[in-house]
Amino acid sequence: MRLQYPSSVKIVRVPCTGKVDIQHLLRAFEKGADGAYVLGCMEGDCHFNSGNFRARKRVEQAQRILETIGVGGERVQMYNLSSSEAPLFVKIANEMHDRILALGPNPLKQKKREMALSNNQEMGVAAACGSGVS
Amino acid sequence: MIVADKKPIEEIIEEVTGKERILILGCNECVTVCEAGGKKEVGILASALRMYFLNQGREVRIDEKTLERQCDHEYLDEIRDIVDDYDAIVSIACGVGVQFTAEQYHATPVYPGVNTCFMGVTERRGLWTERCQGCGQCLLARTGGICPVSRCAKRILNGPCGGSTKGKCEINPELDCAWQLIIDRLKAVGRFDDYEQLLPIKDWSTDRAGGPRKVVREDVQE
Repeated sequence: MRLQYPSSVKIVRVPCTGKVDIQHLLRAFEKGADGAYVLGCMEGDCHFNSGNFRARKRVEQAQRILETIGVGGERVQMYNLSSSEAPLFVKIANEMHDRILALGPNPLKQKKREMALSNNQEMGVAAACGSGVS
Repeated sequence: MIVADKKPIEEIIEEVTGKERILILGCNECVTVCEAGGKKEVGILASALRMYFLNQGREVRIDEKTLERQCDHEYLDEIRDIVDDYDAIVSIACGVGVQFTAEQYHATPVYPGVNTCFMGVTERRGLWTERCQGCGQCLLARTGGICPVSRCAKRILNGPCGGSTKGKCEINPELDCAWQLIIDRLKAVGRFDDYEQLLPIKDWSTDRAGGPRKVVREDVQE
C-alpha cells in the first residue's frame, strides 16, 4: 500500500503488548519523548489471551502518574487494531502526531535545557571570576 | 505475607519536597509479591519523582536500591556505605522495614512509601485478603483451619452472631461469615462435633492488648 505516516513516530517492537510495562512508558518520557502510544491487537484477539488488556491497564496507570506529576496523562495512549489494518495504523499515527503537536513538547525537555543553561552560566561566571583574579 | 498498598505519589512528594538526595529503597519480600514495594515499584516511583522535580525546575538526585529484606540487620547493612549520600530515604517496604531502616540509620529521615495493611494471602492477582492478626494464641486447630479472629468482624469465638445471613456478614454482604465457613469446613472434614465444644475465654494479652510484643527463643539465640 506504501502508506505514509509521520516520521516523528518511532516504532519499538515488542512480542506482545503485555510485555509493555509502566516503567518503559515512564522511562520514555524521562528521556524526553513527547508522547507514546501502545498499539495492541483487537480486544479478544490476543494470542496470549490478556496481553492487550494488561497493556491498557498499564497505560491507564502511566496516564495517572504523568497527570499527577504535571507532564500530562494525554501524552500516553492505547489503541487496538489488527495487523492487516494499515490504513487504521496510519490514521492512529496521524491522530497521535496531531495530539502531541497540540500539546507541545515534553515539558521536561525544556526544563532540562533551562537547568543546563543556568548551570553553564554559573560555571561561566565562576570561570570569569577565576580569570579576573589571576 | 504482609500485604501493603501503594501510597498516592502526591503524598510521597509532599513528604520529600525540599530534599535534594533521595534513596528509594524497596524490599524483595512480601511487598514485591503484593506489587507495592519491589524492584519494579522502586523504578516506577523513582522515575515519577525524577520527572516531577525536574518539571518543577529542581535538581534532585533520586537513586534506586532494593534489598533482599529490610527487616534483618544483614541486608540493611548493604546500604551502610551509601546512606550518608542521601538526605532522605523513601522505604517502600512494610511498616516493619521502614521502622527498622530508621532504627539502623538515625541520621537519615526515612519516609514510608506504602500503606501497610495486614497479613494475608493473594486470592488472585490484584486481590489480597486478610488471614491472620497475629493474636499469639492460634485457634486454627479447633476451627477447621479458618480463623475467627481475623475473618470475623467481631472476632467472636463460639459460633456466628445474629448478623450472619445466608452465609454472609452483616457489615458487608460480599463478606463471608467466618463462622459459616468454619461450620461448613467442620462438616466437610467430618468434625462437626467439635463445634459443640466451647472455646474458653481467650487470653488477649498475647494480642495487642498486652502492648508491643516480642518472641524470645533462647534455643536459637547466639
